[in-house]
Amino acid sequence: MTTPVKNPETRVKRPDEPFFKRLTRQQLFIPVAALALLVLFNLIADPSFFAVSVKENSLGNPVLSGNIISVLDNASELVILAIGMTLVTASSGGQDISVGATMAIAGSVILRLVCGGQVTADTMQMNLVLAVIIGIAVTALFGAFNGTLVAYFKIQPMVATLIMYTAGRSIAAWINNNQLPIINDLTFKYAGTFLPGIPIPTPIFITALVILVFWLVLKFTTLGLYTQAVGINANSSRLNGLDPKLIKLLTYVILGVCVAVAGFIRVSRSGSINYSRIAENIEMDAILAVALGGNALSGGKFNIYGSILGAYVIQFLTTTLYKYEVPSTALPAYKAVVVILLVVLSAPVVREKLAGMKKAPAKAAKEVS
Amino acid sequence: MPKGISVDHQGRLKERGAMSDTNLLLTITVVVFFILYLSAIVFLGGSFTKPQNFLNILNNNASLIVLSCGMSIVMITGGIDISVGAVTSLVCMACAVNLENQGGNIFTMILIGLGIGLAFGVVQGFLVAHLGIQPFIISLAGMFFAKGMTTIVSKEPVRVTNAGFLALKELRITVPGLGSNNKLGQYIPAYVELGVVIALLVVILLFCLLRWTRLGRAFYAVGGNNQSANMLGINVRRTKFLAHVLCSVLAGLGGILYFLHVGSGDVANGAGDEMNAIASSIIGGTLLTGGVGNIIGTFFGVLSLNTIKRIVSSLGFDEAWWSNITVAAMLCLFLVIQSVVLLRRNKK
Amino acid sequence: MQEGAVLEMRGICKYFPGVRALQDVDFTLREGEIHALMGENGAGKSTLIKVLTGVYPKDGGEVHIKGVDGAAVIRSPQDAQNAGISTVYQEITLCPNLTVAENMYIGRTKGPGANWRMMNSGAGKILASLGIPASPKQQLGSCSIAVQQMVAIARAVDMECKVLILDEPTSSLDEQEVQKLFVLMRDLRAKGVGIIFVTHFLEQVYEVCDRITVLRDGQLVGEYVIEDLPRVQLVSKMLGKELDDMADIKGESGGEPVSQDGAPVLEAKDLCSSADIKPFDFSIRKGEVNGFTGLLGSGRSECVRAIFGADRVTGGTVKMDSKTVKIKKPLDAMKQGIGYLPEDRKGDGIVGDLSVRENIILAYQVMKGFFRPVSRAQAETFADNYIELLEIKTASADTPIKSLSGGNQQKCILARWLLTDPKYLILDEPTRGIDIGTKIEIQKLVLRLAEKGKSVTFISSEIDEMLRTCSRLIVMRDRKVVGELNGEDLTQAKIMATIAGGDEK
Repeated sequence: MTTPVKNPETRVKRPDEPFFKRLTRQQLFIPVAALALLVLFNLIADPSFFAVSVKENSLGNPVLSGNIISVLDNASELVILAIGMTLVTASSGGQDISVGATMAIAGSVILRLVCGGQVTADTMQMNLVLAVIIGIAVTALFGAFNGTLVAYFKIQPMVATLIMYTAGRSIAAWINNNQLPIINDLTFKYAGTFLPGIPIPTPIFITALVILVFWLVLKFTTLGLYTQAVGINANSSRLNGLDPKLIKLLTYVILGVCVAVAGFIRVSRSGSINYSRIAENIEMDAILAVALGGNALSGGKFNIYGSILGAYVIQFLTTTLYKYEVPSTALPAYKAVVVILLVVLSAPVVREKLAGMKKAPAKAAKEVS
Repeated sequence: MPKGISVDHQGRLKERGAMSDTNLLLTITVVVFFILYLSAIVFLGGSFTKPQNFLNILNNNASLIVLSCGMSIVMITGGIDISVGAVTSLVCMACAVNLENQGGNIFTMILIGLGIGLAFGVVQGFLVAHLGIQPFIISLAGMFFAKGMTTIVSKEPVRVTNAGFLALKELRITVPGLGSNNKLGQYIPAYVELGVVIALLVVILLFCLLRWTRLGRAFYAVGGNNQSANMLGINVRRTKFLAHVLCSVLAGLGGILYFLHVGSGDVANGAGDEMNAIASSIIGGTLLTGGVGNIIGTFFGVLSLNTIKRIVSSLGFDEAWWSNITVAAMLCLFLVIQSVVLLRRNKK
Repeated sequence: MQEGAVLEMRGICKYFPGVRALQDVDFTLREGEIHALMGENGAGKSTLIKVLTGVYPKDGGEVHIKGVDGAAVIRSPQDAQNAGISTVYQEITLCPNLTVAENMYIGRTKGPGANWRMMNSGAGKILASLGIPASPKQQLGSCSIAVQQMVAIARAVDMECKVLILDEPTSSLDEQEVQKLFVLMRDLRAKGVGIIFVTHFLEQVYEVCDRITVLRDGQLVGEYVIEDLPRVQLVSKMLGKELDDMADIKGESGGEPVSQDGAPVLEAKDLCSSADIKPFDFSIRKGEVNGFTGLLGSGRSECVRAIFGADRVTGGTVKMDSKTVKIKKPLDAMKQGIGYLPEDRKGDGIVGDLSVRENIILAYQVMKGFFRPVSRAQAETFADNYIELLEIKTASADTPIKSLSGGNQQKCILARWLLTDPKYLILDEPTRGIDIGTKIEIQKLVLRLAEKGKSVTFISSEIDEMLRTCSRLIVMRDRKVVGELNGEDLTQAKIMATIAGGDEK
């Protein structure tokens, strides 16, 4: 091979863009800006929103309480789902709308196992870890079902997962013969409430752990690169030795695992389950979190931290609305307005107008001369 | 491959060209529906042999037929609108409140229903077509908004007592030549409700729109490849905008029909109908990827979906979950059939 | 406006973020002429055409069209159609889900209705008169790419336009179809239509055009009457420097024939795949450059895809270094030290949204394995090395590859495979649709690789390119290997004769 020649033309200099424009082009701009706005609003409207106090919970243990804690706590399921949803979106260019329904399945399986098939149980009939692992295996299997339809039968993800969306809650009910098992064993609720002696809600720890695991996975494996490559150009990925179908399937299985963890947290908050209400509409919030995080719902490049941030923004918004006594049934209307504002602001057309596209040509011309 | 097959292969290629993807999927749907219904008559008998049983499927689903038609059009352009179920619910509630508490009449009720649909369509259509936002997200927001607004309009169910409305609601249009004898031997003529007539008109109108107008063909072109459509001189934005407007107006009309059928406003009205509409469209041969679909197919999609529900419940599986599981299984079956058929065709 | 002109563009400017795609470009098209628009990739030809047809808004300048007072306003392809400009683009811009007839008429009929009878009969006549083997009622997606391109041309021709733009329409047509197109173009010229013809094939320009406008780096180089501009000068105008590399390249290769008795690196016997090719034998020796040639659709790409395992292999045996190996999927081939640069750069080659760096390390990373990611620092070193070595023009290694010009994208794909250090490299049309300068660079690179003992299979539509690089050619016709040429037989005439087949012997 020839000796490398330094070619001055090789590097084309990028013209200096206005600061604001560069800022708005950042992927995390929207979720960060949204969070900042919400924080600012609450600071002005009522700074006590951020107060954190120590209260006694029903068991008489001192625990932290306050809106911020509740945001971090209640966002847990959503954050975990958003992570899995990001991967699925990236690899298959579509979303899994069955996560809420499969969460019901996971919860139902775990409850049935720990109750030993009884309607109420005062002590756990099965080792909790084993029950959760079985729960994970079951939803991973459903994830594999979705993934197979998407990857091997080439059905659009939203449509393929429509199947489990329709059937999931019914399957969950069927697993427990349509009974609503209740477990009164306190240790079962540790995961959804507090560990004895620790004032911070356990779901926050679980979420942190999940985020850590994904950070490690993305750092020490090539999952990130493979998922993006497959999502952007499956043909090309195949010719580079990847198996696009397998990778798509894998992301759905990973989402299945996330679903089980989220489902476990949700049932262990109360120790019971309501098949038609549990995690209702959470799939919509999870998809929204992915979009808010600046990820294209058409797949390809992704930023998992954007989605995590997006999930917290959504929960922050929900908590803020609750604080101002918006009735829970009317909540969706307010959420919708916020969502529309956010997506309109993040639309490329609008962003270009905002950043003053008209000045760009003159600037570019100057750069060249 | 042996030599004989390659000749054969070319022969088949020509034949395939004659039948478009749209027609192939339509044929599958219609055939499946008839097999379903005929086998129900043969093996289950009972109520399935009565014409009224079939007409009741129409009576109960006039609204869904209209919703599904709108959904199909948006899906043909490559979009989706998941707000239609919630819009149905909002329209029902608004109409009920208008008739009951605000002294409205049939005319104002229709105006309100269509107006709500139009408003949703214009906003969603503008955001999708002109700002280029993904239709899923926009209609998700639309769904949230409509759900919230429904409870803001009224949290409690509203029963309607307006005389003019009730007369319309109870209107029975007998179908000549169909009917059956009841246990006492009396001849009961079969009937349909007013909503069914409107729904059938919508089906016919939309079929003509899609087949014989420039706008209709533009829907297909945009769904097939929107960049190409633009290069071919089609106003892609306008086409997408109109598709969303049409879909939402139809959702408004669907809401009116739903209201006409149940006669009350309730938060639970139309719940999950967006998914039923999507499922009907898919069973009817519309592809979510766009460019392929047919209104007649969608109509049969609604019929198939509800026939299977009836079959399952008359088999004795009448717990609520069985209905959902069967619908899901049917959807799965259709998706796999479509996928296999289309994959085979696309392989040279 | 000038006398006799149908179209005048004055001072056209167009900017993309960070790039000036067109700067102060003038272009004049006269009635009844075929006007070639030439330039390297990234010179601005396609941009100029997209500005003219309203796909991109222009940032400066004026367009005048005969019959329109003042500057014409063209904001969309629809406006362009109404102004009498019809266009055939390089990529197929038709809708595969509609019928052939609809594709020919949609977007240009009057009234709210769609008249199927008129469309089908009208389309039938045009298809028959142009000899296009398609039925009006057929779904477009079921036609071959070449037929689809012909349909696009038929549509444009039927529009009774003043200006017809053909943007590389010939890249998917075979020789016969190209000739048909030329007949058509001459007919239209006689009727007074102005035709803008964009192509990479110099022979075609000299065969059919009257005038040439040359662009370089987004600027106008000049307008020339064809007789006044010999080929060599045209090339040097396009490249912006006097270049005789084209003649020299063969000399550089040293003329030392590869030893005929070297051990074969790869030997395939009775290989066939799901892509419908007749079983074929193939072998390549260490340090050899050979090639597959034949018309488009003759099966040359399918052969190399079978070797690489890109299509499902249905039979035959493959030996690497005399050991039998199983190649069922691309990864198997990669593990054996085979690299494959695919024909369809956009569809099979680049991963558009990923950065240049990620694109370069992709294959290497896949071979390394799922649990052993290449570190960021290492990836940067690799990318920087190859950006420098192959002189890839990119803003940085972090730039998405899709924003690079075709030639530079192709260099990235080459870098991707060079990084895996293959024993045997398959290059399927590495020079298609890229500029002459890069073409020569790639040809030289191939010869250098061979000198270093790598084996290369090279496929190109341009026979002189194959003659310059390959020492042995496998000729294909109708999905079958019909001959093998080397040494004395490697002449243009002999190759053409073998491709055509028949009774020349």
